[in-house]
Amino acid sequence: MASSVTPTPLLKDELDIVIPTIRNLDFLEMWRPFFQPYHLIIVQDGDPSKVIKVPEGFDYELYNRNDINRILGPKSSCISFKDSACRCFGYMVSKKKYIFTIDDDCFVAKDPSGKDINALEQHIKNLLSPSTPLFFNTLYDPYREGADFVRGYPFSLREGVSTAVSHGLWLNIPDYDAPTQLVKPRERNTRFVDAVMTIPKGTLFPMCGMNLAFDRELIGPAMYFGLMGDGQPIGRYDDMWAGWCIKVICDHLGLGVKTGLPYIWHSKASNPFVNLKKEYKGIYWQEELIPFFQSANLPKDCTTVQSCYKELSKQVKAKLGKVDDYFNKLADAMVTWIEAWEELNPSAPITNGK
Amino acid sequence: MSQVTIDSNEVDIVIAAFHSDLTSFMEEWRPIFSRFHLIIVEDPDLKEELKIPKGFDFDVYTKSDIDKLAGSSNAAMFSGYSCRYFGYLVSKRKYIISIDDDCSPAKDNNGDLVDIVTQHITNLRTPATPFFFNTLYDPYRKGADFVRGYPFGLRSGVTCVLSCGLWLNLADYDAPTQSLKPELRNSRYVDAVLTVPKNTLMPMSGINLAFDREMVGPALLPALKLAKEGKFRWETIEDIWCGLVVKAVCDHLDLGVKTGLPYVSRNERGSAIDSLKKEWEGVKLMEELVPFFQSLKLSPEAVTAESCVTEIAAAVKKGLGRSHTELANVADSMVAWLKIWKEVRSRV
Repeated sequence: MASSVTPTPLLKDELDIVIPTIRNLDFLEMWRPFFQPYHLIIVQDGDPSKVIKVPEGFDYELYNRNDINRILGPKSSCISFKDSACRCFGYMVSKKKYIFTIDDDCFVAKDPSGKDINALEQHIKNLLSPSTPLFFNTLYDPYREGADFVRGYPFSLREGVSTAVSHGLWLNIPDYDAPTQLVKPRERNTRFVDAVMTIPKGTLFPMCGMNLAFDRELIGPAMYFGLMGDGQPIGRYDDMWAGWCIKVICDHLGLGVKTGLPYIWHSKASNPFVNLKKEYKGIYWQEELIPFFQSANLPKDCTTVQSCYKELSKQVKAKLGKVDDYFNKLADAMVTWIEAWEELNPSAPITNGK
Repeated sequence: MSQVTIDSNEVDIVIAAFHSDLTSFMEEWRPIFSRFHLIIVEDPDLKEELKIPKGFDFDVYTKSDIDKLAGSSNAAMFSGYSCRYFGYLVSKRKYIISIDDDCSPAKDNNGDLVDIVTQHITNLRTPATPFFFNTLYDPYRKGADFVRGYPFGLRSGVTCVLSCGLWLNLADYDAPTQSLKPELRNSRYVDAVLTVPKNTLMPMSGINLAFDREMVGPALLPALKLAKEGKFRWETIEDIWCGLVVKAVCDHLDLGVKTGLPYVSRNERGSAIDSLKKEWEGVKLMEELVPFFQSLKLSPEAVTAESCVTEIAAAVKKGLGRSHTELANVADSMVAWLKIWKEVRSRV
């Protein structure tokens, strides 16, 4: 069934690819056909004296810890060290409208027909078409070729809302937590689910930062990946934290979050015992965090991402401070992050996506 | 691949017959349906006797059965597509699988026939997860699980009481959409089952669904008939209404609704443009129904499907019924349905 499909715009001057790393970026070789037109922002974690080798022909800027400290001064305290959460520094220094972030153990996957998947192109498609958070479409993304809204879908809701986030998935090593990894060390995700869908308003989800794209102008200030890693009691909850924050804010501001395609091939399973140590506190804290986010209410006069985020940080302090002192520090870091964001992005347009 | 064993004594397959000759339909479904009991309800407007091939275990219900049980005042409730609800009413089994008679078995991505019974029952027998979205979809499917960040306290899920399947070829689009895109056919087999999150409404299609009759039977009800309701899905909205009611009940009682697999293949039938010329009513009505259901609140005293439906009927009469005449009748139909339901139950 042929349909006239308009080609997806490259957006090469409007999108930055942010990659956190502690090792050489040979994985980029596989992505070259898809990534080469774009500017990369590499955030080097760990030892700043190490030299990160980037394959020839890529246009990039690289920031190590010394750069982060230099650029942010005392505010650099909000950027995690020895954790991939440091990637959010890349979001802050970018000057582009869109961000795509990917882990350095993620490779090009193949679709069921054997064709290489251009993950970036799919993310762009997801971001450039509306989301439908107010009513569930049983045929998933109605804007995809070959699909539409089903019978019963109210016409007044068919315009959708702006898409702020596109959350991709992973074949091969699935994004399981440590306990699940320990119980199912051999499980691989081999199921290619050919769908993109909007996560409904009022519903939270676990956002994975391995294969993620977002509209920086619509939601960037809320994409803070928290305090993780060195000196912190927790790890592997950076993207989760950001995901709960952005969903509450997107729901409040009428923005959409999509999940599903594209798939990347996740090649490396991290050590489950190391992971368990990092996640341990999170597994318990999560039981308090979820009800917090589920009942989080933002006042009507919060009409920008920054004001929503600052309000959220107040609520974190007020309600989660008693769970652990970590959340007091995190709430402060959230404020520091916004201050740093506003310093680095002084003329950022005040937008709520409406 | 399910680890769920299906007891055929727990399943009824309900088919509303709009064609008198069901031979080819039944033959197509024989590999999947032959070991189950079928309840075939004949469209009361159909004059001819049904032709059903040998080798099936079935009961047929016709207009006279409906008139006898429902009485002349309520028989109209079971006309047209709503005749299938009569099948739900008379069933004595736990699970109902319901499909339209213009559907054939679909083929999955491996070319195998989709066994809708196994998939629907598997969906109903494994928990649903409405409180938090799992990005790898149904965590109970083989080869999947809950992802990192999914709270452990929510991993036991809730009982799934409704399984909504999908359609290849002629998807369940409305008449305006299908008229605008006459060539649009659904060829995308999405290999996923997922839970529709709590407080999220969806358009439930009556073409291919299954439910736990013991848990939510009273909520799968015939109530909303368009003035010019016809014999094509484009000319109905009764299932959409029913879905809004069921979802409200499920959200209130913390029960689950799944959507996705299994697929059926829906055959070409009718003309979207002809249906469109007939009536826009359903499309217009949705604009009122959705805000109503989005703001609907049920009381803590409503702890069964029946009591929830009673409250919804009262709310409809008070709210929507005032502005739309067809909706005033809906509330009455809902109450009448519950009465008949109670009566039939009491005879068991």
